[in-house]
Amino acid sequence: MPDSAAQSPGFCRDCLKEQAGGARRCTACGSPRLLRHSELYDLTLAHIDCDAFYASIEKRDDPELADKPVIIGGGKRGVVSTACYIARIHGVRSAMPMFKALEACPQAVVIKPNMEKYARVGREVRTLMQELTPLVQPLSIDEAFLELKGTERLHHDPPARTLARFARRVEQEIGITVSVGLSYCKFLAKVASDLQKPRGFSVIGQAEALEFLREKPVTLIWGVGKAFANTLERDGVRTIGQLQTMEEADLMRRYGTMGQRLFRLSRGLDERAVEIDGEAKSVSSETTFNDDIARYDDLVVHLRRLSEQVAHRLRKSELAGQTVVLKLKTADFKIRTRNRRLDSPTRLADRIFRTGLQLLEKEADGTKYRLIGIGVSDLSAPDLADPPDLVDPAATRRAAAEDAMNRLRDKFGKASVETGYTFGTRKRDP
Amino acid sequence: MRITLERSNLLKSLNHVHRVVERRNTIPILSNVLLRSDGASLEMKATDLDLEITEATPAQVEQSGATTVPAHLLYDIVRKLPDGSEVLLATNAEGTAMTVASGRSKFSLQCLPQSDFPDLTAGSFSHSFRLKATDLKMLIDRTQFAISTEETRYYLNGIFMHTVESKGELKLRAVATDGHRLARADVEAPSGSEGMPGIIIPRKTVSELQKLLDNPDLVVTVEVSDAKIRLTIGSIVMTSKLIDGTFPDYQRVIPANNDKELRVDCQSFAQAVDRVSTISSERGRAVKLALSEGQMTLTVNNPDSGSATEELPVGYEHDPLEIGFNAKYLLDITSQLTGTDAIFMLADPGSPTLVRDLAAEDALYVLMPMRV
Repeated sequence: MPDSAAQSPGFCRDCLKEQAGGARRCTACGSPRLLRHSELYDLTLAHIDCDAFYASIEKRDDPELADKPVIIGGGKRGVVSTACYIARIHGVRSAMPMFKALEACPQAVVIKPNMEKYARVGREVRTLMQELTPLVQPLSIDEAFLELKGTERLHHDPPARTLARFARRVEQEIGITVSVGLSYCKFLAKVASDLQKPRGFSVIGQAEALEFLREKPVTLIWGVGKAFANTLERDGVRTIGQLQTMEEADLMRRYGTMGQRLFRLSRGLDERAVEIDGEAKSVSSETTFNDDIARYDDLVVHLRRLSEQVAHRLRKSELAGQTVVLKLKTADFKIRTRNRRLDSPTRLADRIFRTGLQLLEKEADGTKYRLIGIGVSDLSAPDLADPPDLVDPAATRRAAAEDAMNRLRDKFGKASVETGYTFGTRKRDP
Repeated sequence: MRITLERSNLLKSLNHVHRVVERRNTIPILSNVLLRSDGASLEMKATDLDLEITEATPAQVEQSGATTVPAHLLYDIVRKLPDGSEVLLATNAEGTAMTVASGRSKFSLQCLPQSDFPDLTAGSFSHSFRLKATDLKMLIDRTQFAISTEETRYYLNGIFMHTVESKGELKLRAVATDGHRLARADVEAPSGSEGMPGIIIPRKTVSELQKLLDNPDLVVTVEVSDAKIRLTIGSIVMTSKLIDGTFPDYQRVIPANNDKELRVDCQSFAQAVDRVSTISSERGRAVKLALSEGQMTLTVNNPDSGSATEELPVGYEHDPLEIGFNAKYLLDITSQLTGTDAIFMLADPGSPTLVRDLAAEDALYVLMPMRV
C-alpha cells in the first residue's frame, strides 16, 4: 500500500515527475495520481491485469457505449464474461447467469463476445509487455506476470516507473486501461493489482506484507476456493492472520501440501518465479446451447462447426494436435470429457470431426447436454500432420477439399462455403 | 481343494496365463485366476473377457476342487519361492481363503467363488487346421510391427488372416497395416483352412500368442469361427474374440507398377539408417534417401540438433530420385528381412514403395514415404 510518509520516494503516474515532498497533488501537472512507497524502487515483480477487458474494448470501439452499462456474454442461456464498471455498480458480476445479470441491470447493453477481436487486442498488449522484459508469463488473454529485475539499465528507469509508463502507453496506443500490482512475489503482485481497479497501481512491499495480510480473508490465498474456505471455517480459521500464528507442521498435518502453501503464503513467502511458458497446450472450441440438446444429429451439427473453428485456429497459429478431446456438459452440469490419441498429428477439421463423432456416438445416449466442445491437445508443428494414408485414400482428397475451402474462405469470407453438416443452421441474425 | 505341485511347473503355467489379466480391473473377478484341480492336474484359467488362456500342469491332488485368487499376487508369490521347491495349495472349508505353502513360507489369499468366473469358450468353430509353430510365429513376426494402435480405426488393431490363391497355390496369409506401412506374409495353407472366414486377430492376442511359440517342434491346432479363434499349443488353450470389422482391401494398396528398382545390402543399410537417425528428434524421424546411379546418400536434418549424412553403394540404375521415410518404419522392416539383399521398388517421392526380401519371397512390405 502506498504509505504516505513524505520521505518515501514517489512520482506522478500522469507526468512521471519525481515527487520529493509530501504534497497531495503533482507539483508539475496537478494530478492527484501520485505513487509513493518506501520500497517503490526496489520491487521488480509485477502483475498486470486489463480492466474489464472485453467491455473496455467494446466501449473503445463504440463511443456511444461509454456511459452505458455494458455486459459481454452470450445468448439468453449464457453467462456474463465481463461486465463494465458501470454494470458492476448495479451488481453484475462475471460468471453470473445472464438472466440474473439482466434482472439486476435491465438497461444494460448486452454484446456477444468477439473473441477474435479480444485476442488481437490481447496480443497487442502482450507485445508491449514484451518490450519491457522477456520474462512475461501470461495467465490469460488479459493478464500476465512480469519480472523486471535487471531492466533498469535498459529502460533508464526503475521498474515502477517503467510500469507506469507502460500503463500510460496502453491507454494512449491501445485505448484500454490496465491495473498494475508491484511487489516482491507473485502472490502479492496479483493481490496488489486488484486493490485499486480500474487504472490502479498498487505496491506491496516486503516490510508491510505480514501486516497487510493479517486482516484479509483466507480466500485471498491462491488455491483457497469456496470448498476449502469452508473446511478452514469449520476449523475456526477465517483470516490470514490466524494462519500466521500456526505452525507449518500443524498446517501440513491438517491440510497436506495445501497446508504448506497456507503457511508460506500467509507469511508472504512465495518463491515461484516468473516463467515463460506461454505456449498453448491445447486448442479447443465450445458452445453452450440455448436449449438443452439430446439428439445425436443436432449435436453433430455443432460438433462439425466447432471442429472447423478449431482447425481454423490451428491453421492461424501454425499448429497441429494429436489428441482429440470431446467435452460435454450435461443438463445437470456434469462434465464429461473423452479423448482419443491419433497416430499422427492433425490440423484438419475433417479428422478432428470424425474422431469427435466416434467419441460422441457413445455419449449420445439420450442424455440432455447443455454444452459441447471439441479440441486437440498434444500440439506440434504442422509439417508432420496428416501424412498420406495407405488405407484411406479418400482422406487425402478430403484434406485437399478442406484446403480449397479454406482458400475460398480467406478470399470471400467465412460464410462463402460450408459443408452440408452446417449449411442452413447458422442463424442469419442473432 | 488341496493339491501339491512343483513350483517350476506352477510358475511356468502362471507365467503364461497371468499376463492376460489386466493390472487394473473394475470387475474384481477379472483380477483373479481360476484354479481347478481334477485327477492328476491343475488347470489355470485367466481372462480379460476378450482373451482367455487355459493351461494344465501335473499336480498331486488330495482333494479336487476349484477357486479363484488374485492372479498377479499368486504369480509374484510363486516367483519368489525358492527354486526346486514344492507348493501346497489348499482352500479352507468355507472356500473364502486359499493357503499357499512352501517350505517355511505360508501365505493366505482371499478367494472369490469359481462360479462367478466368466466363461468365453461357448460357441462352435467352423474351421479347424494344424499349423507348425514356426509358421505361425513367422506370420506374426513379419506383420506384428505394422498393427495400428489408433483406436479410431479399430479394424486395423490386429492381424488380418485369411486364405488366398497365389500363383496357383492356396496360401494362409497374414496382413497388418497402420496406414503408414503394410506388412504381408504367406505360408502354405494347411489342410482344413480352405474357405475359412477372413479374421482379424486382436493385437493383445497376437502378442501373447507370439510368446507361446518358442518351441519349434510344436504344432498348433487352430479353430476359427466368425467371431472367435481358439489355439491349442500343447497343454495351453487360448481363446480370443476377433475384431468385428472389415479389413480394408489391402491388395489395392500394394503397388504393382513401381518401375525403379533399388537393391541394398540389408545389414549395412539398416546400420546406416540407424546411425544417421541418431540425430533426428523423437517426433518425425524422417530420413532422406537421395538415389543416383550406384549410390545412395542418407540425410537427416534436425533443426534443433544438427544434421547427418552417410553414403552407401547400392544397386540402382535409374534417374536420380529423392525420397523420405520414417527411420523407425525402415528399421522395423529391415529387422524382419532374412536375406542379405533387399529390393525396394520405387515410383516417385509421393507414392507407396514396395520392399521385398530376396531370401523370403513369401513376405512383402509397403511403405508410405514422408515429405522431406
